[in-house]
Amino acid sequence: MLTAILVMVGLGLALGVALGYSSLKFKVEGDPLVEKIDAILPQTQCGQCGYPGCKPYARAIANGEADINQCPPGGEPGIKLLADLLGVEPKPLNGEHGQPKPKSVAFIDEQTCIGCTLCIQACPVDAILGAAKQMHTIIAAECTGCELCLAPCPVDCISMVPLPEDIGNWKWRYPVFEIKNELKPGIKAEATA
Amino acid sequence: MNIIAKIFNGNGGVHPPEHKLESTNTPIQLVPVPERLVLPLRQHIGNMPKVLVQAGDNVLKGQLLAEANGTVSAAVHAPTSGTIVAIDEQVIPHPSGLPDMCITLKPDGEERWITHDAVDYRTMDRAELLRRLRQSGIVGLGGATFPTHLKLSPKSSHPVVTLVLNGAECEPFITCDDLLMRERADEIVLGAQIVQSLLGTVECFIGIEDNKPEAAAAMREACTRAGFVAEVGIVPTLYPSGDARQLIRLLTGKEVPAHGRSTDIGIQCFNVATAQSIYRFFAHGETAVSRIVTITGNVARPGNYEALLGTSVDDLLKAAGGDLPDTDGYIMGGPMMGFALPSSAVPMTKAMNCVIASTPGLFPPPAMEMPCIRCAACADVCPVSLQPQDLYWFSKSNNLEKALDYNLMDCIECGCCTYVCPSHIPLVQYYRYAKSESIAQERAQTAADQARIRNDNRLARIEREKQERAQRNALRTAKTETGGDAEKQAAIQAAMERAKEQKEAVVPKNTDNLSPAVQAEIAEIDALRGDAQSTTQTTET
Repeated sequence: MLTAILVMVGLGLALGVALGYSSLKFKVEGDPLVEKIDAILPQTQCGQCGYPGCKPYARAIANGEADINQCPPGGEPGIKLLADLLGVEPKPLNGEHGQPKPKSVAFIDEQTCIGCTLCIQACPVDAILGAAKQMHTIIAAECTGCELCLAPCPVDCISMVPLPEDIGNWKWRYPVFEIKNELKPGIKAEATA
Repeated sequence: MNIIAKIFNGNGGVHPPEHKLESTNTPIQLVPVPERLVLPLRQHIGNMPKVLVQAGDNVLKGQLLAEANGTVSAAVHAPTSGTIVAIDEQVIPHPSGLPDMCITLKPDGEERWITHDAVDYRTMDRAELLRRLRQSGIVGLGGATFPTHLKLSPKSSHPVVTLVLNGAECEPFITCDDLLMRERADEIVLGAQIVQSLLGTVECFIGIEDNKPEAAAAMREACTRAGFVAEVGIVPTLYPSGDARQLIRLLTGKEVPAHGRSTDIGIQCFNVATAQSIYRFFAHGETAVSRIVTITGNVARPGNYEALLGTSVDDLLKAAGGDLPDTDGYIMGGPMMGFALPSSAVPMTKAMNCVIASTPGLFPPPAMEMPCIRCAACADVCPVSLQPQDLYWFSKSNNLEKALDYNLMDCIECGCCTYVCPSHIPLVQYYRYAKSESIAQERAQTAADQARIRNDNRLARIEREKQERAQRNALRTAKTETGGDAEKQAAIQAAMERAKEQKEAVVPKNTDNLSPAVQAEIAEIDALRGDAQSTTQTTET
C-alpha cells in the first residue's frame, strides 16, 4: 500500500517537474493562431473588415470577436481557408463589408497632384513616393489596391486602375466547351421515346 | 541500363502518326530577307531584356539591340542590318494572343555584319566567357528557351560529369533537328566539344530516335571526324522521349528527382540546335540571329527553312509555296504540345521550331467531352508516372491544394493523357489551367508576404518615431524646468570668450617686407586707435 502511494506520488512529482520544465522551455511567444489566420488574409491592409489592418482582424477572429466572412479581398477562397483552419462551416461573404473587386493599383494623376503628402501618410505599405510640395507617385509593384489613399486626397487625383492582363500574368483558362446537341438522331429519338 | 529496367521501364508514352516524311525530302532552304522583321523582347524564359536602341537608329547585323536584364534573361540582336522603325507592342506567338513589346527592324538588304570575332574558350577567363555568352542571346532551341549561359554555369553541389545532346525530336511533324543533324553534324559535334570543355563533363550521350537513321549516321561520322568520344544512343520512337528528363532516363538509366534539376545527378542536357549555335558563337562570334524552322502541314512545299529571327509566319509560308486551300489555322510547335497561332502575321521567335498549316482533316475539331470512366488509360501513358485521372478531378473542381499534393507540378504537359482518353476529355488543358492558377496563387502569396513585411515595418517606424518625439519633448521640458537661465548665461559667456579668442588670433596679413616709412605710419595709426579706445572707455566710465 505504502509502496503504491510512494510510486504514484513519485510519478506525479517527476511528471509535474517535466511538464513544468517543458512549459518554460518550449514557451510559445505570441498567439500562433493569430499568425496562422494572418497568413491566410490577403494583406491588403484595407480595413474593409472594420479593423485597422489584417493583423488586428486576425486577432479579432482568434478572440472570437469577428466573423470569418468580413474580408472582401480574400473573397470566398479566403473564407474557405479560414473555415478549414478554424474548423467551422464556411459562410458567404458579408456584403456589408464590400464585394471582391479585380486586383487594381492606385494611380496618381501628376497634373492634379499638389504634393500634400496626405496619401503618403495613409498608405499602409509605404507604396507612395513623394515629399511636401513634390509630385507623388505610386510604386505599382508594392501597391495592394487597398484604396485607403483615395479618401484623404483633397484634389481627388488618385484613381484605381485594374491591372491589365499581359504575357507575364496571363493564365490558361478553365476549359469550357460550347454545349452542342450533336447526339445522333437515333439516340435522340431513343432518349425522347 | 539493366534488363529489369528495360522490361519494367513504365515510362508510358504514345506513338501518334509521325508525319515526318513530308518535310524531310528537301534540304534546309534559306528564306530571303523579308521586308520587315519584328523582334519580340521576350523570346526566352525570364526577365524582359533592356532595350539599348531607339526608333530611327541604324543597326548592323548581329548588333546588340537589348541586353540581358537580371539573372534569368537573354539578349536580343539585330538579325540583319537596317533601320529600327518602331519599338512598340505587337502580337507575339503566344497561346494568349496578347501583344508584347517588340522591336521592328526594316532591313536594308545589305546584310552588313558588325565586327565579330571568334571567342577562344580555351584561354579566356571563365567569368568573361560567361559574360559574353550572356550577351550572345543564345537560348535553348528545343522549345523551353532557357538562357544557355545559365546552363553552362550550373549551381550544383554535384559535379556535372555527363553531357546529353538531345536530338530525339519526338513530336510528330517537326524535323528541324533531324535535318540539322544530317546537314550540319560537324558543327553540332564541335559545339558539344566546347560545351564539354566548359562544363568539365567526361562523357557524352547523343540521343536520337530510331526513326532518324540518317541523322544518327551523320552524327556518328562527325564524331569520328572530330575525334569526339560520344555514344550515339538510339532510343525507340515513342513520344515524349525527347523530353530532357525522359531522354536522360533512356540514355543513362538515371532518373532526375522530382523537385530537382538534372545537374543534381551530374547530367546537363542540350538540344542539338543549341550546341550548333554555341559553336557558331565561339568559332565565328555569331550571335543568335537565325534558326531553322519546319514549315509543314497543308503547304505547297513542306520542308525546313532557315530564316532570320523576326521573319513573319506569312513570309515563312510564302517561302514554303504558300498554304493550300482548306487551311483553317496555324499551329506553332507540334500537334501534341503546340498551340494555335493568334495570326499568321506574328514573327518567328527563338522558340519556334515548327509551323503546321492545319486543316479540319489533319486536326479534326475536338469531340464532345464525355464523363471520365476511370479506365486509367491516361495513367498508363503518363511518362512521369502521375495519376492523371485524380489530377483531373482535383483540377476540374478547383481543388488546387489536393492537385499539388498529387504532384501536379511534375506534369510536363506532354498531352499523352488527352491523346488516349476514350472520353475525349481535354485532360492536359485542365492541368495547364490548374498549374497556372496555382502559380498565380503562389505569386499572390509572395506579394501578400511582402505587403505584410512592409506594413509591419511601417507600424514599427511609426511607433519608433512616436517614442523619439516623446523623448525629445521630455528632454525639452526638463531643460526649461531646471535652471535653464544659468545654462543660457553660461552659453552666452562661452560664446563671448570664443569671439574674444578669435579676435586675438587674427594676425595682420601682408605686413612682411614693408618699408620702414609704411611701418611707422601703421604704428602711428595703431597709436591713434589705442588713444581713441582709451578715450571712449574713459568717457563711458
